[in-house]
Amino acid sequence: MFPSVGSGAQPVVHDPELFCQRPMRFQTERYSTMKTIALLSRFAAALLALAWFGLAAPGARAEISITLNSPTFAPLPIAVAPFSGDPEVASGITEMITNNLRRIGYFAPLEPASFPQQQVDFDGLPDFPAWQTANAQALITGRAVREGGGRIRVEFRLWDVFAGQQLAGQQYYTDTANWRRIGHIISDAVLTRITGLKGMFDTRVVFVDETGTKEKRRKRLAVMDQDGANLRYLTRGEELVVSPRFSPVSQEVAFMSQRPNERTRVQLLNIESGQREIVGSFPEMTTSPQFTPDGQRIALSLQQGGNANIYSIAPKARTTTRITSTNAIDTSPSYSPDGSQIVFESDRGGGTQLYVMNADGSNQQRISFGEGRYSQPVWSPRGDYIAFTRSRAGQFAIGIMKPDGSGERILTEGYHNESPTWAPNGQFVMFFSDPGGEGGGRLYMADVTGRVRVPVPTPSYASDPAWSPLVSDLR
Amino acid sequence: MFGLKVSAGFKAAAILSATLALGACASNKTDQAGAGGVYGAGASTPGSAQDFVVNVGDRVFFETDSTNLTSTAVATLDKQAGWLQRYPHYTFLIEGHADERGTREYNYALGARRAQTVYDYLVSRGVQSNRIRVVSYGKERPVAVCNDISCWSQNRRSVTVLDRPAGS
Repeated sequence: MFPSVGSGAQPVVHDPELFCQRPMRFQTERYSTMKTIALLSRFAAALLALAWFGLAAPGARAEISITLNSPTFAPLPIAVAPFSGDPEVASGITEMITNNLRRIGYFAPLEPASFPQQQVDFDGLPDFPAWQTANAQALITGRAVREGGGRIRVEFRLWDVFAGQQLAGQQYYTDTANWRRIGHIISDAVLTRITGLKGMFDTRVVFVDETGTKEKRRKRLAVMDQDGANLRYLTRGEELVVSPRFSPVSQEVAFMSQRPNERTRVQLLNIESGQREIVGSFPEMTTSPQFTPDGQRIALSLQQGGNANIYSIAPKARTTTRITSTNAIDTSPSYSPDGSQIVFESDRGGGTQLYVMNADGSNQQRISFGEGRYSQPVWSPRGDYIAFTRSRAGQFAIGIMKPDGSGERILTEGYHNESPTWAPNGQFVMFFSDPGGEGGGRLYMADVTGRVRVPVPTPSYASDPAWSPLVSDLR
Repeated sequence: MFGLKVSAGFKAAAILSATLALGACASNKTDQAGAGGVYGAGASTPGSAQDFVVNVGDRVFFETDSTNLTSTAVATLDKQAGWLQRYPHYTFLIEGHADERGTREYNYALGARRAQTVYDYLVSRGVQSNRIRVVSYGKERPVAVCNDISCWSQNRRSVTVLDRPAGS
């Protein structure tokens, strides 16, 4: 074994300038005059409560649905009527819901100029015949009202225009500063009610922000809401940072950090507190972290001479388990949603291909057999697909295949596409695409049908996205 | 830069070689720092870091996805081994790099394997292993940026970087 660069454990880092600007606190108060169906979040960005209430024209039946896999798929015409109430928050939430639904390609929001009613009384029934004439299949109405104590109440209803029936209605409370989260949560409620998909809008993305020339790139970890809002930098650019992964259960991110002339080391960062630690204590470089589904362990690749093997580490218990042992490069591990299996890439057969094994390393089976090189496998949180990067004939594609290797489908292909990461609903994959030359990559997302490919806004060049779970699922 | 005296010492030499490397990438020419360049052979003090870069060659190149040493690479490493044994007070770092036509995590491992290959070869030629450290930069530190092989072939490399001698 050769001597390696760098030594010793680094102290836990707390960078007050990067992490002090958003004091968070728990809120536990419940709104009690309506039937409360959930306390949405114990976690800081806090919503208080939501309630369910219904209005319906007698005898109506819901008829709206979208069949996402149909060859005759067309986006659902939907109208987001202007929310009433506080001007800033009401118009902001109206715009967010409209943009969210339009961006994923499954909905076709009507232009406000074509609305038959510019104001819809939130407590009454909409003028259904008028909205039918405007060809809105679904209609969203809402209200945002400032309450005392810096609090805001936001309500919405989702209507089936042709059935004349309310499909969903909920009410939320939060600190006024958090109003954008409600816009995303309402967007998710609409998405779920109409498509049956789990939510994807109330999420964040950690990614690598890139500035400077490619020869002397400055890379910083950044976090933002999935629509690009609330951008915040997590590192200062003095170290090289790549390959972030979001914890499935907490506000933690694992990533690779490299200081000049030192080996890379997998590190763990709490993006709310700024607490940071090295994962494991190895003399050689560690790369390519990925959390277990319960968030308790991190799999990574440890370089050992010319070979790389996969290990599993429990940072809190400080235990390490070796999983693979080959004279090859084994890297990019990713767990199945139940934690029982790992998909990874290996060049043991020549060019890199995808392999699946049990979480203890037994029963290693190659699953990719197509032409080209396969790498960066990521298991969908829904369990049905594995996303990957494929290089073939000078082109880099993002694709998906079933865990047994069948059903391969390319979602996008071009000069360079890399680093797939799943939305928590398993319906969309985010990645970066770089046209080459002196510029840089940008983030995009595509859906599993291959029908949708849309940009994700970032302030500069961007790479290595890591999509969070639903924020309300994080502790 | 051209007015620099070769006796200006290691610091100047280090700046000089860095400038050469950048010049090579900015103009997308194939001549490299260490392959002669505009200085020609012999324009440096024997035993200096500049001597190593200019007259020996500080880097070797690899084929796509390969860690095998080409005959050119072997010739360069033989010269490196001879020079490093003649000047045993130097410790040094072997950097392994990959081109941008691969994925990030694999390229880190590939860069490490390239550095390991060079390490193994230099040790096999008699260079003491305790003088050597290795590091991989994956595809994160290209010297040439364009969309064809003229750049990629320069980035698939291992570079032997001398440490500043103790006391200088």
